[in-house]
Amino acid sequence: MTISIRNTWVITKRELGGYFASPVAYVFIVIFLVLTGFFTFSEQLGGFFLRDEASLNSFFSWHPWIYLFLVPAVGMRLWSEERRQGTLELLFTMPISTTQAILGKFLAGWAFLVIALVLTFPTVLTVRYLGEPDMGVIFTGYLGSVMLAGSYLSISCMTSALTRNQVISFILSAVLCFFLILAGWPPVTDLLVEWAPKYLMSIISSFSVVTHFFSFRRGVIDSLDVVFFLSLIGFCLFTTSVILRSLRTN
Amino acid sequence: MIKVNNLTKAFGPKLAVNDVSFTVERGEILGFLGPNGSGKSTTMRMITGFFPPTKGKITVGGYDVLESPIQIKKLIGYLPENAPAYPDMTVRSFLTFSAQIRGLSGSKLRKAVDRVLELCFLDSVAHQSIDTLSKGYRHRTCFAQSIIHDPDVLILDEPTDGLDPNQKHEVRGIIRRMGEKKVIIFSTHILEEVEEVCSRAIIVDRGRIVADGIPEDLKLRAPGAGSVLLKLRDANVAEVKEKLQQIKTVDSVLVLEDEFTLSLRIKAKYPAPGGDLALSVSQAATDAGWRLEELHTESGRLDEVFRTITQSETAQEKAA
Repeated sequence: MTISIRNTWVITKRELGGYFASPVAYVFIVIFLVLTGFFTFSEQLGGFFLRDEASLNSFFSWHPWIYLFLVPAVGMRLWSEERRQGTLELLFTMPISTTQAILGKFLAGWAFLVIALVLTFPTVLTVRYLGEPDMGVIFTGYLGSVMLAGSYLSISCMTSALTRNQVISFILSAVLCFFLILAGWPPVTDLLVEWAPKYLMSIISSFSVVTHFFSFRRGVIDSLDVVFFLSLIGFCLFTTSVILRSLRTN
Repeated sequence: MIKVNNLTKAFGPKLAVNDVSFTVERGEILGFLGPNGSGKSTTMRMITGFFPPTKGKITVGGYDVLESPIQIKKLIGYLPENAPAYPDMTVRSFLTFSAQIRGLSGSKLRKAVDRVLELCFLDSVAHQSIDTLSKGYRHRTCFAQSIIHDPDVLILDEPTDGLDPNQKHEVRGIIRRMGEKKVIIFSTHILEEVEEVCSRAIIVDRGRIVADGIPEDLKLRAPGAGSVLLKLRDANVAEVKEKLQQIKTVDSVLVLEDEFTLSLRIKAKYPAPGGDLALSVSQAATDAGWRLEELHTESGRLDEVFRTITQSETAQEKAA
C-alpha cells in the first residue's frame, strides 16, 4: 500500500513539475484569472455589483463554461504527449501499475487546477470587504468547483489516452464536457419539458454536472452530488486504463 | 535467467514474432540481429512486459511475465528504441525521477544518479533540459535511466543508434564491462558490434530465429569462410593448381588473378576456424619453392552470413 502511494506520488510530482517547467502553466493561470474576473464582474454576464448581494454566485455560475475549454487544455497532454514522445513505453516498463500511473497523472492535473482556483482568492476578499457573505456557502462553492474541474479533467484524461494528437484530444473532451453541461442547462431542460415525460427529463438532467454543481453553490454538500462527481471521475479513469491496456495488446 | 518459450505475437493477421524460443543465462551478452521489422523490438517489448504475448511463456529470474509483471520490471533495465525521455525535464531530474520510481531515495538515490551521470559521460549536461540535447546525449540519458538501479537484466534496443564512433565505442565498453555480471540482450544493425561485444548472437527474420550461436561459429556459415587466399609471384598456374589439389583438405582452387601475381582462393572441405588449411598450403609452398607474397585464412564476415541467411529465406518463401 505504502509503495503504491509512493509510486503515485512520484508520478504526480513529475507531472506537476512538467506543468510548471513550461510557460503553459503560467499562461493558463493568467487566462483563467482574467476570465473568471471578467465573467464575475462584467455587468452583462455575472453582474456581481448589480446583484446587490454578498455572495459569489456570479463567480461560480460561470465555472462550468470557463472550465469547458480551459480544463481540456490542461488534460489534453496527459497521455497523448506520452504516446507521441514514446515515453509511454518507458513508463509502462517501470515497476509501477497502470492504476498508479493514471492516478498519479490525474492527481497532478487536478492539483494544478486547484492551485489556479486558489489564486482566485481576491474575489473572496472583495466580497468580504463589501459585505458579510456566508463563508460556508463560499467554501462549498469552491468544493463544488474542484469537483467540477476534476470531472472535466477525468474526461480529458480519457480522451487524451485515445490519441497521440493533442488537438483531437482537446476537441473530444470539450465536446463531451459540453454534453454534460447541456443535459442540465435550463434552455435545454426547458425544451425537454415540452415533450419528454418527467422521469426521462430527470434522468437526463441528473447526468449534468450543472445540476450537481448547483447544490454546492447553494451551500449544500449532498452525498449524492459527491457520489456523482466521484463516480464520474472513477468511470473515466477506469476507461482510461482500459484504453491504455488495449493500446498495448494491439 | 531469461527463458522464452514458443513466443508468438500477432498484430491482426500478421505474425510479428513466430514461435521464438531461447534461454539466456547470467554473464551472457546476447546480440539480437535481424532486418527491420523482423520482430526484434516486439520480442524485447514482450520480455519487458510492455505488451503481453499472444502465445508462449516468458520467465525472467523465475518470475512469469504475465503473473508478476512488477517483479520482472524491477529486475530489468530497459532502453526502448529511439530512446524516449521527457523533453521538459533536465537530465538530472529525469534520472532522479527514474531512480525514485525504482524505489531509491536519500543518499542512495544521489549516489545512483551521480554514478550513471559519470558512467554515461553526462556530467556536462546534467542541468540542461532534455529537449535541448543532441541526439547522442539524449540517447545516453535514456541509457543511463536503464542502468540506474544496477539491474540484473539489461535489455537494450539499438543502444548505439545515432551515436558518433567515439560514443559508440564508449557505450560498447560499458555494455561489455557490465555483461560480466548481468544478462544483457541487445539488438543492433551493426554487425561489427556483435563481434566486438556479444558472447552469443541470434539472427531473426520475419519473426523466426534463423541462426543462434557464438559469433565465430556463425561466421563459418558465410560463403568462403575458412578458405585460404594465396598470392604468388612468378608462378605457373597449372603446376600450382596441381600441387594444391594434392592436399587432402582442399576442396577446390579458384584462380582470381593471373598477371603479374597469381592469386588463388582455396576452399576447404570442412570449414573450421583454425588455420589448418593455411598451414598445409604454406608447407606445399615451401616444398615447391614458390615465391610467397600473401597467405591468409578468410574468417568469413558476419554481414555476409546475415545477408545469406535472411535473403535465402526470402527467396525460399517467394519460390513456395
